[in-house]
Amino acid sequence: MKLLVCISKTPETTAKISFNDNATEFNADGVQFIMNPYDEWYALVRAIELVESGGGSVTAINVGNATNDIIIRKALAIGADDAVRIDVEPASAMSVASEIAHYARGKGFDIVFTGKETIDYNGSEVGGMIAELLDLPYVSFASDLQISGDKKVLKREVEGGVEVIEIGGPLVVSAAKGMAEQRIPNMRGIMMAKRKPLEVIAPQNFKDQVKVVKYSLPKEKTGVKLVDPENMDELVRLLHEEAKVI
Amino acid sequence: MSVLVYVESKGSTFAKAAWEVVSYGKKIAAQSGDKCIALIAGSAGDPGSLSEYGADDIICVSDTQLDDFDSGQHAALIAKIAKDESAHTVILSHSAKGKSLLGRVAVQLDAGCVSGVNSLPEQGDSFKVRKSVFSGKAIATYEINTPVRVISLMGNSVPPEKQTGEGNVSNREIELPARREKVVDRAIVSGKVPLPEAERVVSAGRGMKGPENWGIIEDLADVLNATTACSRPVADSGWRPHHEHVGQTGVAIRPNLYIAAGISGAIQHLAGVNNSKVIVVINKDPEAPFFKAADYGVVGDLFEVVPRLTAAVKKFKS
Ligand SMILES: Cc1cc2nc3c(=O)[nH]c(=O)nc-3n(C[C@H](O)[C@H](O)[C@H](O)COP(=O)(O)OP(=O)(O)OC[C@H]3O[C@@H](n4cnc5c(N)ncnc54)[C@H](O)[C@@H]3O)c2cc1C
Ligand SMILES: Nc1ncnc2c1ncn2[C@@H]1O[C@H](COP(=O)(O)O)[C@@H](O)[C@H]1O
Repeated sequence: MKLLVCISKTPETTAKISFNDNATEFNADGVQFIMNPYDEWYALVRAIELVESGGGSVTAINVGNATNDIIIRKALAIGADDAVRIDVEPASAMSVASEIAHYARGKGFDIVFTGKETIDYNGSEVGGMIAELLDLPYVSFASDLQISGDKKVLKREVEGGVEVIEIGGPLVVSAAKGMAEQRIPNMRGIMMAKRKPLEVIAPQNFKDQVKVVKYSLPKEKTGVKLVDPENMDELVRLLHEEAKVI
Repeated sequence: MSVLVYVESKGSTFAKAAWEVVSYGKKIAAQSGDKCIALIAGSAGDPGSLSEYGADDIICVSDTQLDDFDSGQHAALIAKIAKDESAHTVILSHSAKGKSLLGRVAVQLDAGCVSGVNSLPEQGDSFKVRKSVFSGKAIATYEINTPVRVISLMGNSVPPEKQTGEGNVSNREIELPARREKVVDRAIVSGKVPLPEAERVVSAGRGMKGPENWGIIEDLADVLNATTACSRPVADSGWRPHHEHVGQTGVAIRPNLYIAAGISGAIQHLAGVNNSKVIVVINKDPEAPFFKAADYGVVGDLFEVVPRLTAAVKKFKS
């Protein structure tokens, strides 16, 4: 099977978030970036497992500038066969999806994987866009993906439960927890990654239809009110009268 | 021109998110003096009831094929109706279905889109909406520059408001593209309100010592009519099912009340819960970081405090 895994870069989970230029831009100074956990732990690893058991190849793709090569090399170290970087700093989900779809069109990928969302902008947008642009079925928030004969069988998380979906031909899938287990790259993987092909491609430069014009920080909590552990009647009273939540 | 709202059914009635999107759509429609049109795909409850939240027109496409969700079919349907009704704004819920549809519909309508919006558009020349980003650590204002836009509304963020007025209910037949996503089975996890929609959540962490002790958490959840949740290590050790795991890598929730017992409050945990309106933390360690993010705190042994709280809620209710 020929598989394409979309990988993105996000600030490390404990990174302090700040802004500059009158709060119109994210301040990346001193921020550590990582591969988006959903892309790394679930999408990429499941794709690698499928190729390990059934043959084929895994291509990792990223839309971004050369600073992303570190995370792309990590994807290669974990086990992707080759990688592609489309050389443009993406400004919106639509431009990311358009670049990826432009690249993938006509190349015969059986499955295009994305993560369920990026943990910075929490979009959950790119996968559906790629599916529509390539006219493919789309299973989002998939927690399981099995190949059974010429069918793909997936579990899709819906409110309060799961649905089992069967799909015949190629598809786009967004990976959620459960699809695979995180893999730590080993020394051999890291050495091999240096020699694996990373192709850098010029962008199509799609027009951006949305942009962030301003950032702000959420209201700070005013401080915790401590309640005597012996007196839970008091907590109930506060929740009822003051917070008005019960 | 119009505002088109895609509503989701829940069995024979509508999901809470449906009232929210209709009410939200009505407010946007009112800003531009347009109609708010609600679209029902497949079988549903009483379509007329949507007018109570502001739907001026209710379009039912009651093809039973639509009862099993196929993102391609539903997206094609929404895009077709949006074009027929000259919608300038299409609104979805930020739900499992909404997330599958947003990108598809945006591509079909050549529309700019923003997911998980939690505010009404700002008044002004351009279309600006806010959403929570960086897992709740910041808020971003997005500007959409296209004539048609698609947004999904975060649940529990803009409360639905009742309206007076009659909605026109009509039926429509639409030719759908072939189904490609075949639903072969379905499992509902529990009878409880699913976590992303829950208004009250009782959650516990490693401080519980083991899965056999969860009875006290379930009792408290029962008296509060709350849904149970847990921290990631709890789900990873198999003490609780994975769908209960909240946080950055689990479910993100925004209940009115979040009670956390025996959870330290790691930043990745907070990322999934800090949009809760009121947070109560029960922890025996006064230095636990969670207290900094809490509204109410109880420093004590959860094995004593939780049953005491359950009893107090029972007393209050009777
Ligand atoms: C990339 C990444 C993603 C992550 N994503 C998530 C996520 O989505 N969700 C998540 O939850 N975590 C996540 N984590 C893990 C997170 O960092 C913490 O390790 C985890 O949240 C800790 O769980 P806990 O609070 O249950 O356990 P601990 O940190 O062990 O805390 C247990 C707490 O219980 C208290 N306690 C013990 N006994 C009692 C008692 N008898 N009475 C009262 N209090 C008691 C202790 O004082 C302590 O504060 C992630 C980590 C990483 C690196
Ligand atoms: N710049 C990017 N390059 C490659 N893939 C991306 C990029 N941004 C997002 N993706 C993919 O799309 C998924 C969903 O992203 P989003 O819609 O932004 O939440 C991510 O988990 C990635 O798999």
